[in-house]
Amino acid sequence: MGISSVKRDYLYRLAKDGKRPDGRAFDEYRPIKIERGVINMAEGSAKVSIGNTTVLAGIKMDIGEPYPDTPEQGAMSTAVELIPLASPDFESGPPRANAIELSRVVDRGIRESKFIDLEKLCIESGEKVWIVFIDIHVLDYDGNLFDACSLAASAALLSAKVPNGRFEMGEDVPMPVGDPPISCTFVKYNGVIAVDPSLDEDEAAEARYTVAIDKNGDIRAMQKGLSGSFTVEEIKKNINTARVISKDIRKVLLED
Amino acid sequence: MDLIKDGKRLDGRAPDELRPIKIEAGPLYRADGSCYLEWGGNKVVAAVYGPKEALPRHIQDSTKAVVNARYNMASFSVEDRKRPGPDRRSQEISKITSEALENVILTEMFPRAMIDVCIEVLDAEAGTRCAGITAAAVALADAGIPMRDIPVACAAGKVDGVVVLDLVGEEDKKGDADLPVAIAPRNEDILLLQMDGHMTPSEFDEALDLALKGCRTVSKLQKEALLKKYKTFEEE
Repeated sequence: MGISSVKRDYLYRLAKDGKRPDGRAFDEYRPIKIERGVINMAEGSAKVSIGNTTVLAGIKMDIGEPYPDTPEQGAMSTAVELIPLASPDFESGPPRANAIELSRVVDRGIRESKFIDLEKLCIESGEKVWIVFIDIHVLDYDGNLFDACSLAASAALLSAKVPNGRFEMGEDVPMPVGDPPISCTFVKYNGVIAVDPSLDEDEAAEARYTVAIDKNGDIRAMQKGLSGSFTVEEIKKNINTARVISKDIRKVLLED
Repeated sequence: MDLIKDGKRLDGRAPDELRPIKIEAGPLYRADGSCYLEWGGNKVVAAVYGPKEALPRHIQDSTKAVVNARYNMASFSVEDRKRPGPDRRSQEISKITSEALENVILTEMFPRAMIDVCIEVLDAEAGTRCAGITAAAVALADAGIPMRDIPVACAAGKVDGVVVLDLVGEEDKKGDADLPVAIAPRNEDILLLQMDGHMTPSEFDEALDLALKGCRTVSKLQKEALLKKYKTFEEE
């Protein structure tokens, strides 16, 4: 369901005066809250809120065969569920294109930053490896699912244990992880660009841009979405903003 | 393995003792009404949307609202990862939950409308359908849906030949019988009743009695949770 024209006009009018509907600056992120280890049955879990948006990520692991081209590496899979609980606009049923794009962008950030050390998840070369399932349940949708899902996945992985005990392979050990990617999302509407879009801004967005930044401030994954466009300068400016903001988000993610 | 030893169960409870229960009304921002509930190791969140126009049109009822509950388990809520999406078990639970809730909702006030009830099991430790119905009832009240009562559910069963209240994981798997019950607590009409296993008629009488007792206790907790949210509004 799209945004009403009344609301869109309101957002456009505010944008012209240099304002956002919730009063934030265009480069201002909402408060982030992270709760770790919230699900007993999961190998790792985290509930993340960005403003009123809340998502829950859970990690499950199983033993399976490696992919033929990576016989000495574990495997990972990421799935975001846009369940109808989270928004009147989400419908039950198999994931639609939106949920698939979201899952793949979150997956790409984790994969390309080599956040999970997949080589350490090999049990028997070519035969047996750990498969990491990252499942993300959206509980409350008030904008910016890309960053919320990515942050929840990272926090859940950081808290996860490899369940050796359950498979009678000895003691559980911490998930082999390195430095997490930090995802930063921008939307453009009526000529302005806003970081961490709220629901209204998500719905009014003409174009969306997500970038995953690593510990050194380098870029590990990007995605431009929706039918609008950005100029080259706008993209460069977004990256610079993301490099600054990602430092603060990383601090919140890594503190206990 | 003994499921009952010296009159105590695996988790140390007496036969007629419930697991600890925590209920919060209205934790979600987006939903019209919501509830978060912890029942032992179960964690359940429920949300209500509506009444709203029933779509697609062919599901509309010109005399009353359609109640559409959806019970869903998160992939990470169980020991071996569950594939996302509805399976036959969750579709059955969704159906009997919808029917139990429809009984108390004054559906005739909203012809051609529908009321969506979403129940998400985030963490599971047996008894999730009862936890789901109990949470859904609080979410419906939080959404201001007119009801003639706030339904509540609780299970009893039999393990090692003893009738017990509120079965936990191992008891459910290895026990003799499981009896989930949902009621409208004011007149104790039975809204949902299932049983599997083996009980004599007198054991059933005893188990049903125990389940009703459990329902009465949980019903109080539901009302306390709602009062906690709305009493503060009144005082302000």
